[in-house]
Amino acid sequence: MTFIAKPKVSHPGLPKNKLGLTSRDYEGVVSTLCAGCGHDSVTAALIQAVFELDIEPHMLAKMSGIGCSSKTPAYFVSQAHGFNSVHGRMPSVTTGANAANRDLMYIGVSGDGDSLSIGVGQFVHAIRRNLNMCYVIENNGVYGLTKGQFSASADIGSLPKKGMPNQQEPIDPVSTALSLGATYIARSFSGDKEQLVPLLKGALLHSGFSLVDVISPCVTFNDHEGSTKSYAHTRQFYNHVVNVDYIHPSEEIKASYAEGEAMPIHLHGGDTIILRKVDGGYDPTSRAAAFKYLRERFNAGEITTGLLYVNEAREEMHELMGNSDTPLSKIPLDELNPGKEELKKIQNRYR
Amino acid sequence: MKPTDTANPDYFHKVVDCQWGCPAHTDVPAYIRMIAQGQFSDAYMENRRSNVFPGILGRVCDRPCEPACRRGRVEDKPVAICRLKRVAADHRDDITDRLPKPPSQNNGKRVALIGAGCASLTVANDLRPLGYDVTIFEALNATGGLMRTNIPRFRLPPKVLDEEIGYILDMGVDLKLNHPIESLEELLKENYDAVFVGTGAPRGKNLEIPGRYDSDRIHIGIEWLESVAFEHIDTIGERVLIIGVGNTAMDCCRTSLRLGARDVKVMARKPRGFFKASDWELEDAEEEQVEILVNHSPKEFVYENDKLVGMKFELMKYQIDEQGQIDRGRVTGEKIIPCDDVVLAIGQDNAFPWIERDLGIQFDKWECPVVDETTMMSGREGVFFGGDSAFGPKNIIWAVEHGHQAAISIHKYCQGEDIEDRLPMGLNLASQKMGMHEWSYSNDYNPASRRLMPHVDLKKRFKKLNIEVELGFTAEQTIEEVERCLNCDIQTAFSANLCIECDACIDICPVNCLTITENGDEDDLRTRLSAPAENREQALYVSADLPHTGRVMVKDEDLCVHCGLCAERCPTGAWDMQKSTILVPYAADESPLDPPKVAAGIAVK
Repeated sequence: MTFIAKPKVSHPGLPKNKLGLTSRDYEGVVSTLCAGCGHDSVTAALIQAVFELDIEPHMLAKMSGIGCSSKTPAYFVSQAHGFNSVHGRMPSVTTGANAANRDLMYIGVSGDGDSLSIGVGQFVHAIRRNLNMCYVIENNGVYGLTKGQFSASADIGSLPKKGMPNQQEPIDPVSTALSLGATYIARSFSGDKEQLVPLLKGALLHSGFSLVDVISPCVTFNDHEGSTKSYAHTRQFYNHVVNVDYIHPSEEIKASYAEGEAMPIHLHGGDTIILRKVDGGYDPTSRAAAFKYLRERFNAGEITTGLLYVNEAREEMHELMGNSDTPLSKIPLDELNPGKEELKKIQNRYR
Repeated sequence: MKPTDTANPDYFHKVVDCQWGCPAHTDVPAYIRMIAQGQFSDAYMENRRSNVFPGILGRVCDRPCEPACRRGRVEDKPVAICRLKRVAADHRDDITDRLPKPPSQNNGKRVALIGAGCASLTVANDLRPLGYDVTIFEALNATGGLMRTNIPRFRLPPKVLDEEIGYILDMGVDLKLNHPIESLEELLKENYDAVFVGTGAPRGKNLEIPGRYDSDRIHIGIEWLESVAFEHIDTIGERVLIIGVGNTAMDCCRTSLRLGARDVKVMARKPRGFFKASDWELEDAEEEQVEILVNHSPKEFVYENDKLVGMKFELMKYQIDEQGQIDRGRVTGEKIIPCDDVVLAIGQDNAFPWIERDLGIQFDKWECPVVDETTMMSGREGVFFGGDSAFGPKNIIWAVEHGHQAAISIHKYCQGEDIEDRLPMGLNLASQKMGMHEWSYSNDYNPASRRLMPHVDLKKRFKKLNIEVELGFTAEQTIEEVERCLNCDIQTAFSANLCIECDACIDICPVNCLTITENGDEDDLRTRLSAPAENREQALYVSADLPHTGRVMVKDEDLCVHCGLCAERCPTGAWDMQKSTILVPYAADESPLDPPKVAAGIAVK
């Protein structure tokens, strides 16, 4: 951790977004994570993404559970809402918050421990509900806060700093989300902001549950030789499949994309993302194809990254339930509450 | 781009903008840190090593360091470097036992220095400890040259001058006052081993317009200031016009106010922004209610009954193009401005009526001698020049640097060595990491704005000519101002082989000066950095290829605030904060004699 605060002074030539803010205005307090932690790069990518999307800080809610990853909401957009909840319970707290105020943009920041061990039940049900949120897993394969034990995402054969290699099957959040019907599934790497920032922008704008699984090396407990989640290993076996360009509604699509390799996806809010396929044969709209491809590449030892599956057709939680367009939090209490007499009538229907 | 060669002392030296901008290369950040720690004597000696006159320069230096200061780019106002120098001088203890020592024995070589100004005094300062028999010839009856005659006492008290010049003379320099050199040829016959000319640019420029010679109320600025300094003149008329808007003009107008003038106007031919005077000198004059009239070009002096009553000016209009270049202007009218006295302060020329033209010294069309810019030697072997007499009017700090270089040359010349074969500058780098999150310097950015120098009350300051206007920083001001220094000499040093490309440094950098990207040429790289990199005077620091991806780390030096957060957030120590010490060679370093013995004043032969 660092004892001096990041100075307020900034580069006078920094670009400003539509709100007149610079990326510096979207910062939080200085990170107290280990120097070199991948999570700090994810934080920087989130700052860049919300800055570029001109998001008003008070329209953002940052949700987290417990763990190194779950500390990070303190490190970006200080002016946004935030909730640091119980270990593994971030999805249900977010579900409640979203149920009450569907106007806010929800970013959940979690880790492999928080989401795939203690909170795996919460994680899968948030996907089932297609909760409208951007769910970021900062995935490093170890429990950093408790000194580096293997987590549920550690690969078979991966070596710890000391002791025996991992023998248990890893839980892959991407395959899990695919099987559960998540509607925006991406994987990236904390060391590749060029890929990560547009993926996060797409995830924030997507209507429904978007998962961004970010390989985010633990520089203290899992960045050695023999680890499959180190900076060096990730770079060596890194495989871009689909990159994303984000196109703002006001922009024309100018860049030329080769036929068959580019695929525009129109998001609900009017924004467009362009998928640039590195492997021309890959179809990111087919769950079955994505499954097969992921499994093959995994067996070949590769780390497949990019926007791996997207489905804009499925309705998110509020739409599925037919809820009011006005957030419940903004409906006056006397409208929201039918009153004793009405309640009695409803109850009588079930007697 | 090729990896930056940080072993070349110039690279890190340039990052220390103030030190690079200073002709004498004073290690500014180092002495500011000493002041911050209350080590005023150490700060004074650090200054003295390079600039010889810290007390004088702390008041009247032309401050090339301040426009160069990085703080001026990060915010708008540079660190008050010059006034901090004065703090060191004002609060030092007795440092006489730390000064260079006179030699216990002369080395048998005799050197003549002509003029007792800052250039000659610097030569004496460097050569006397090495055993040279040094003689200074001065035409006037006082030392200091233009520092004493042209800088008014309300800016530079004689006590300060006497003290710092005394340090040099006390080493056993033979000073001959009232001893003008009438002929260089005659002096050369006295068989000095070397002669140094440091006579300044003693002739004020004249203004040849009608009526110039019909009154004795028209004065030439530097001559008039000299007469005031020697108390030959102690009054002036009520209404004074100063022609010209350089630093001498500022001294003239402020001096006039102290001699009884009520209405002083400085007449400028061009608009603001094209004045020669330093901004701070303009501010100080305007604080004293001096009026600066722009776009007035002198046409003639106006007389009534043979008495000077005013001056006629042409009113000018100029076009300024997009590059900021001004045209020659056109006349739009005329105006007469009444006055009692006129002081001409439109520049100075070199004049060497006492140097015969057949001695092997060439002169150019401006009467400047042809002098080698490195060795300071003229066309005649063994005759050296420095200060304003070498290349025309510059300033004190340049004269000091000329003195240092001339001393090196004279020393090598007298020892029969090649004067072109000089020691290069050197570089020391030392890590400033003291432990976890601990650095040897104050790395937290202080957003305080530049402190304002307190001045003597306007009502009081005009009572006497010698009331020093600037009071010096208070303790509170000093504490704030030292913290404004960005410690640019604490360099960000990068070891590519240690980098794991985690981006931690890039994410934490408050001024977005770091980028990891594919290599390219400079024009291309400058378009691909984290923040606009448009200041091409500031270097890009490019690493060797990074081990993981073969990309490079690029740092734009322009706005780095040297907070050390990159090094603090680096998990592998690829970034480190290292103090760069530029080793500037002086005559004593060139000595074939044992330098420690020389410094200690032990017998040299």
